[in-house]
Amino acid sequence: MKGKLLTGNGAAAWGARLARADYIPAFPITPQTEIIETLAAWIDEGQVEARLVTLESEHSMITAAGAAAATGVRVFSATSSQGLLYGMEMIYTVAGWRAPFVLVNVSRGLATPLTLEPDHNDIMATRDSGFLQIHCATCQEVLDTILMAYRIAEDKRVRLPVIVNLDGFYLSFTREPVAIPAEEEVDRFLPPFDPGNIRFRASAPVSQASAVLGAASYSYFRYETHLAAMQALAVHDEAAGAFAEIFGRSYEAVERYRMEEAEFAFVMIGSFATKAKDAVDRLRAAGWKIGLLRPRVLRPYPKGHLLKALAGVRGVAVIDQNISVGRGGVLHTELAAALADMGGRRPVLASFMGGLGGRDISPQEFYEMASVAKKAAEKGEAPPPRLLYTETELREVRRLQAIARADQMEERR
Amino acid sequence: MKVASRILGTAFYIEGFNVQDAPRYGAERRGAPIFAYVRASHESIHERGIIEDPDLVIVADDSLVPIPAAGILSGLTGRTVLLINTREDAKVWKERLNLQGPVVALPAEADDYAELRFIGARCAGAAAGLLDAIGRNAMEEAIGSELAGMGSETVAKNVEMALAAYDLMKPYEGSVGEGAPHAARTYKRPDWIDLPSEETRISAPDIWQPLTSVQVKTGLWRSERPVIDTAGCNRCWWICGSFCPDGAISLDEKGYPRVDYDFCKGCLICVAQCPSHAIEARPEHEDRSAGTRGERT
Repeated sequence: MKGKLLTGNGAAAWGARLARADYIPAFPITPQTEIIETLAAWIDEGQVEARLVTLESEHSMITAAGAAAATGVRVFSATSSQGLLYGMEMIYTVAGWRAPFVLVNVSRGLATPLTLEPDHNDIMATRDSGFLQIHCATCQEVLDTILMAYRIAEDKRVRLPVIVNLDGFYLSFTREPVAIPAEEEVDRFLPPFDPGNIRFRASAPVSQASAVLGAASYSYFRYETHLAAMQALAVHDEAAGAFAEIFGRSYEAVERYRMEEAEFAFVMIGSFATKAKDAVDRLRAAGWKIGLLRPRVLRPYPKGHLLKALAGVRGVAVIDQNISVGRGGVLHTELAAALADMGGRRPVLASFMGGLGGRDISPQEFYEMASVAKKAAEKGEAPPPRLLYTETELREVRRLQAIARADQMEERR
Repeated sequence: MKVASRILGTAFYIEGFNVQDAPRYGAERRGAPIFAYVRASHESIHERGIIEDPDLVIVADDSLVPIPAAGILSGLTGRTVLLINTREDAKVWKERLNLQGPVVALPAEADDYAELRFIGARCAGAAAGLLDAIGRNAMEEAIGSELAGMGSETVAKNVEMALAAYDLMKPYEGSVGEGAPHAARTYKRPDWIDLPSEETRISAPDIWQPLTSVQVKTGLWRSERPVIDTAGCNRCWWICGSFCPDGAISLDEKGYPRVDYDFCKGCLICVAQCPSHAIEARPEHEDRSAGTRGERT
C-alpha cells in the first residue's frame, strides 16, 4: 500500500480534516497533542475551513463540543489521559444531550505515580458514560475510524458522541504508511451532518438537554441512551460495509486475526494487538491453532460478535492494559460476564494485566501467555490473574526503594 | 534523533520498504536521552514500539555512553552494528565497552560538537551507507521531504552532510544484516513473579531518605561549562552564585567562587551575570579531553 508516512496524531488530524469538521474546541496546553496543533496550522494556512477555539480546560472544551453539536454543526475535539479525566463531569453530561460529535483520546496511564506512557485506564474511566468508544491498532485505522465514527454518531438511531482511542507513543508518535482517502470519496461516505431536529436558530426557541427532575424521567432518558448505544453495533457494521465498498478497507466491530479453526486466542484492544498478531504468526508457524480477537468497538460491547468468534475456542489469554483497582482487568471481567450466556462449551479464560504505564510486552511473554491458556484449557480451570511483571523489574524497584529508604518510615516517625 | 529516524524511515519508504518509525522520550529537558526506532521490511510490520534486538544501533552523542538511562548497549549482540558519532577511534570504543560486534565510528565534526546541528542528517546518511538498501537519490529526496519547511539552503546543507556521511561508510556497506526472527517453538521463558502484597510503609510511593537528589549527577546534562578566571574575578558580592538556579556555585576559603561540576547543568546564567566578564563558556568536550576540571584556583 502506498500512502504517506503519518503518525497516529497526524492521521487523527487528517480524519478531522476529511470529515470537514466545522468546529474544533481545544484545550491547547499539555496533555493536548499534536492533533490540535496540526489542525490549527492547516486552518491558519487556509487549507481547512473550520473554527478552532481554545478553551481554558477540558471541562470547558467538552462542554463547548456538546453545545456546538447541539446547534447542528460537525464537531471534533481531542484530549489525553489526565485531560480526559478533568473533563469527566461533562463526558457524562454531554452524552445525555444526544448531540453527536467525535472526540479523540490519546491513551496514557493516569497518576499516581506519574507516567508519560500509555495504558487504557483513562479511556476505561469513560466506559459507562454514554460515549461510544472505538479502539485503534494502526495509524490507518485512526484516520478511517474517525470517518466511520461520524457516521455512527450522527445516525438517527444512535445520535451519541463517540471517542476514538489511540495509544500514546505506540500510535500517537509512531509513523506508519497511511493512505489518505480522496475528498470526493470521503464526501460520498460521509455526507454533511443532517442534524434533523437538532437546531438552534434565531427566533425559534427550543430547549435541548432540559434538566428534568424525577426518577421516572431520569430512568427513561438514561435507558433510552443505553438502547441507542446498543443500536450502534448494527450501525457500525453498516458503516463498515459502506466504508469497505468505497475505500476497500474493511473493519469489523471485533477484528478476527487468523481465527480459522483456532483452539486458542488472545483477546486485547489497542496498538499492542499488532504485537499479538506477530506472536500469532510465529505460534502458528510452530504448529499452534491460535488467533487474535480484537474488539475495536468496546462501547457498545460487541458481545454477539465475541461469542460467535469464540465458538470452538478452548483457551483464551485476555490481556488488559488497565487495572480496575480492587477487581482486575476490565476486558477479562466483561468477557467472563459475556461467556455466562454462551451455550455449548465455553473457553477457559486466563487473565493477564500488562503494559501498565507503557510497560512493553515481549514476544516471549505472548508465547508464555498462550502456553498458560493452553494448560488452563487442558485442566479445565482458570489460573489466577497475573500481572506481567518480572523478577528483573522487581529488582529495579527494590533498588529505588533502597535509595528512598522505604523501610525507614516507622523509625523516622 | 527524531529527525534522523524520520529521514531514514522516509528513505526506506522511497526505496519500497514498509516502514515504521517512532521517537521516544520522557520528561523534556536538555541532556535527556532521546531514542528513535526505525523498522523496515518488505513484509507488513506487526512489531511495535521499543526494538529489543536491533540490527543497528546509532549513538549520536558519545557523552550518553556513561548515562545508565540511555542504555545504549541494551539489546546489543555479537551481530549488532554500533555506529557512534565520536572524536575517538572505533577501536577505542570497542575495547572500552568490551564489545564483540562491529563498531563503526562516524567522525564528529570539529565545529559542530556542542550544537550537533546536522547530526540528524549525518546519522541517517551514515546508517543508509551501512545498509546497502538505500541509494543516494532516496537519501536526498528523504531529506528534502523531511526538512521541507526549513528552506532550500538548510536542505542543501543537510543533504551535503548526509551524503558525506553516507560515502564515509562505503568500506562498511552491507555490514548490517537482518537478525533471525523470534521462534515460538523454543524461547526463553519470562522470569515472571507473583508480586507480594507489602505493607503500605513499603508500597506507597514515598521517599524517606533526604537529599536523594545528590545521587543524580545533573552535571552530565551539560554541553557547555562555565569556567571562572580567578584573575579577572573581583570577588564581588557573589553575584554568580546568587543567580545560579542550582546552587552549584560556592565560595572557597579565599572568597573566590567555585563551580560544582557534578551538579552544574551548564545553563550559563553565571556567564551572563558576571559583572567583570570573568566567567567563560567552553564546550564540554574540550575540558573533558584536556582532563581538567576547569578550576583555576
